[in-house]
This record gives sequence, structure tokens and C-alpha cells, in this order.
Amino acid sequence: MTFLNVIMKDILGTPAILIGLFAFIGLVAQKKESSEVISGTLKTIMGFVVLGAGAGVIVGSLGIFGQMFDHAFGIKGIIPNNESVVALAQKTLGKETALIMVLGMVFNILIAKFTKFKYIFLTGHHTLFMACLISAILSVSGISGVGLVVGGGVLLGTLMVLSPAMLQKYTKEITGTDDLALGHFGSVGYFVSANIGKMFGNKAHSTESINVPKNLSFLRDTSVSISLTMSILFFIVSIFAGKEFVETTVSGGSNFIVFSFLKAIEFAAGVYIVLAGVRMLIAEIVPAFQGIAEKVVPNAKPALDCPSVFPFAPNATIIGFLCSFAAGLISLFLLPLFHLSVIVPGLIPHFFCGATAGVYGNITGGKRGAILGSFVHGMLISFLPALVLPLLEKLGFEGTTFGDADFATVGLLLGNAGKQNSTLIYVVIAILLSIPFILTMIKRDVKKVEAE
Amino acid sequence: MKILVMCGNGLGSSFMMELNVKKVLKKLGVTAEVDHTDLSSAKTVQADIYVGAKDLMANFKKDNIKRIELENIMDLNEIERQLVAYL
Repeated sequence: MTFLNVIMKDILGTPAILIGLFAFIGLVAQKKESSEVISGTLKTIMGFVVLGAGAGVIVGSLGIFGQMFDHAFGIKGIIPNNESVVALAQKTLGKETALIMVLGMVFNILIAKFTKFKYIFLTGHHTLFMACLISAILSVSGISGVGLVVGGGVLLGTLMVLSPAMLQKYTKEITGTDDLALGHFGSVGYFVSANIGKMFGNKAHSTESINVPKNLSFLRDTSVSISLTMSILFFIVSIFAGKEFVETTVSGGSNFIVFSFLKAIEFAAGVYIVLAGVRMLIAEIVPAFQGIAEKVVPNAKPALDCPSVFPFAPNATIIGFLCSFAAGLISLFLLPLFHLSVIVPGLIPHFFCGATAGVYGNITGGKRGAILGSFVHGMLISFLPALVLPLLEKLGFEGTTFGDADFATVGLLLGNAGKQNSTLIYVVIAILLSIPFILTMIKRDVKKVEAE
Repeated sequence: MKILVMCGNGLGSSFMMELNVKKVLKKLGVTAEVDHTDLSSAKTVQADIYVGAKDLMANFKKDNIKRIELENIMDLNEIERQLVAYL
């Protein structure tokens, strides 16, 4: 019994070892050399441990920020950062997240195999983030055990197909090929942006025909842009909180400006550590997933991370970032009017997702499409996270939340279903899962009719 | 030989490019160590060839290095064309 206990509780119950085990299986299945199997497995386990270490650093900085923000404005200020939430959640939901992630990949392959939706979602860190959100929302709704893992895995696999699928019409136009797709969980925002572009814009007036200063591209360096925004945010908040308050109750006597600057850099350092952990964590799993998917689904379409579309419309990315960020700033003042928590606009979601929204707005609506589409996108990624926040608060991720549109959309949909009744969640999952199958059958019928 | 691929976050697109570079190397029958990372860390890593998107590589300042700047980061042919020139 003790032996079984060690397997169930200590091996399968420790997320770092669990995920290492998956990497090991993946490496062996690919018939890698034993040296590669050993180093790959060890690095994957280490990635998970590094992730947890980064969480500690982030929490220290976020706690200070929250304390000063509270004192300065009398409301809660939330920093949307996917890496932070995921790192924090690993303490309570690590095992569930790891299992949902791997099951999600399995279901992604199965759905791609049996429907006409041949997408294989290769953006591993987003798979991990979504697995984390799903495990959080399901456990808050009172689902646990097998139901949580299997229900969550089915849902993740479905989303990994639906998200690239709903954008494919536009992605095809952007890249000029139907062989690639976009695999990024900001897709609701890009879909909205593309549709706004279609309604209000004119695609003949492309953003690429104008001259846009390129010197903002240094912000694509994550460490730089997080340090920069967090410093500005910390300065503003500490000035409003007051020199006296900061120096007597928070900083332990050191100068409030110097202290704020250091805490901002500490946050960026925490994110840097988490990113390094995530990179190690997915480095072996994604190629294994891709290798298996290519064998099982011969005509698979890889769904790739969002910067893949940036080179097709570089101007639209700059315009998209600026408009999305502007919308985030405006939302900062609108949110308290609706009695919602204040979502402090983060440069990372606005830069990466805003830029992508710009590209999708441009393809359907040119300049005006890119501007309006990414502006609405910026509002979405401010309001949706604020709305989903109360649902996640029970888990104690206070101070931070997911940044990209799909996390909040899925969270809202499931969280509100779960509030009514936990079986309703299974119904929602079943409906989502049926979409690719039903659409495949409809297409088949149309083809049959055409053939006759 | 070591090839380092970079992107802003060092998570998604650099990883995809790494897999593509490996595909090209396999096709050419060349063995090399390929890794991916973020822009800040890339400056501290020693490699023989540095790979990234053209707009991003504009911010990668390092002297006397071999660089592959890609217009379309998903294009295998472009990777092959530029890589062959350095081999």
C-alpha cells in the first residue's frame, strides 16, 4: 500500500514530476538517444521548479503594489499578467493543470483527426495558461477529480481547434496560404477586430501604405517593456500614495522613488524567471506533440504564436498596439464607474495582442479597420478580465489576472454556468465539443449535394 | 556549430523558428545545436549564427556576428536560402 501511495501521491501528485514523466514518455516515443531523454526530462522538471521560484518574486512585488494602490486610490488595482497567475496557481492547481494540458493535446489531435478542422495548436505556453484557467474555473465551480481533469482536457482540446478555426478565413488572407493558422488565445479579440474592420473600414486603404515610425519595436523585448511600464506605474502609484506613507509603512525607511523603481524591476525579474521556466517546461513537450500530431493527422495545419503574422503588416502592429493601449488607458478611468476592479493596462497584452488585432483589423478594413478594431480590442481586454475577476478571487490570485481575451471569455462563460449549477458546465463543454463535428457533417452533406 | 533563434518573449515564435531551422538542417544533412531564447538573453549567449524576425533583429546589436534576418518567419525556403550562405 505504501508503494501505491508513493506512486499516486508523491509521483503523480507532484506536478513537476508528473510533467517530467510526460516529457520522458514523449522523448522515448520519438526514439531519442538516452542522453537526450535524460537531459530533456530533467530540464522539463527543472522548468516547473523555476516557474515556482519566479512566482515568489512576483508576489513580493505585487503585494507592495497592491498596498500602495489601495492607499492611494481606495480601490483595487489589478495587473493583468498571464505568467504571474499561472505561477501562482501552480501551488494549488499544479497537478490538475499538468494533466489538463496533456489531455488537451490528446483531444486536440483526436478532434483534428476526425473532423475537417485540422488545426494543431503549437503555442505551448498558451496551452499551459489555458489549462491553468480551466482548472481554476472548474475547481471554483465545485468540480474535482476525474471530472475536472477529463472535462477540462476535452474543453482545452476543443478550444485548441476552435480558436484557430474561427480566425482562419482572415489568417488565410493575411498570410496568403491555407497551410498555416494562428494559435493564440487572444482570438476572440482578433475576431472582433476583423469584424469591426469589415463593418467600418475599407481594406483598400491598407496601413502598409503609410509611414509609421518603427522605433517602438524595442518594446517587443519583454524584459525592457515590463521594466519600463512597471516603473512608470510604481512611480505614479507611490507618488499618489505619498512619500510619508510609503517610507513609514512599506519601504522600511528607504526613499520612496528608489524603492518603487527597485520593486518594479523585481516584478520584471519575476516574469523573466517565470518565462525561463515556461520555456524549459514546454521545450520537450511541444516537439513531441507536433511529432505525434504529424503522424496521426497527415494534413495537419500548425497553429502558431501571434508574432507569426506581424511581418505581413508591420505598420498595423504599431498602430494596433497604440490604439489598444489607448483604449486600456481610457478603460482605467471607466472601470470604477461600473464598480469593477481597475485593470492597469499592461504593455505585454496590449503589445502582442493589440498588434495582432491591428493586423486582423487591417486585412478587413485597412487603416480605419486597424484603428477601430484594435481600440475595441483594448476595451475588451480591460473589461473582460475585470468581469472575470470576482469568479477567480476565491482562489486567492488577488492582484493579478489573465491578460488575453480568450482566457477571460472562457472564464466568464464557464464561471457563470458553474454559478448556476456544476452540471451546466458539462453541458457547455459538450456543446463546444460538438461544434467541429456538426460543422464537418454539414460540409460533407453540402459536398454530397454538389456532387449529385 | 550553434544556432540561436530569438523573439520578444522567447517562448512561441522563436520556438517555432527553431523547429523550422532544425527541419532545414536535417534536409541539408547538417548537424548543429539549435536553441531559442528572448531578445535580452540572446545578447549574452555565444552562438555561431543568430536568427530572428527582421523587425526584431533591428534591436539586436552585436558586432561581428553572422545573422539571419527573416522577412517571413514561417517560410522554410527563406531560412534555407539564408542558412546555406553561411555553411
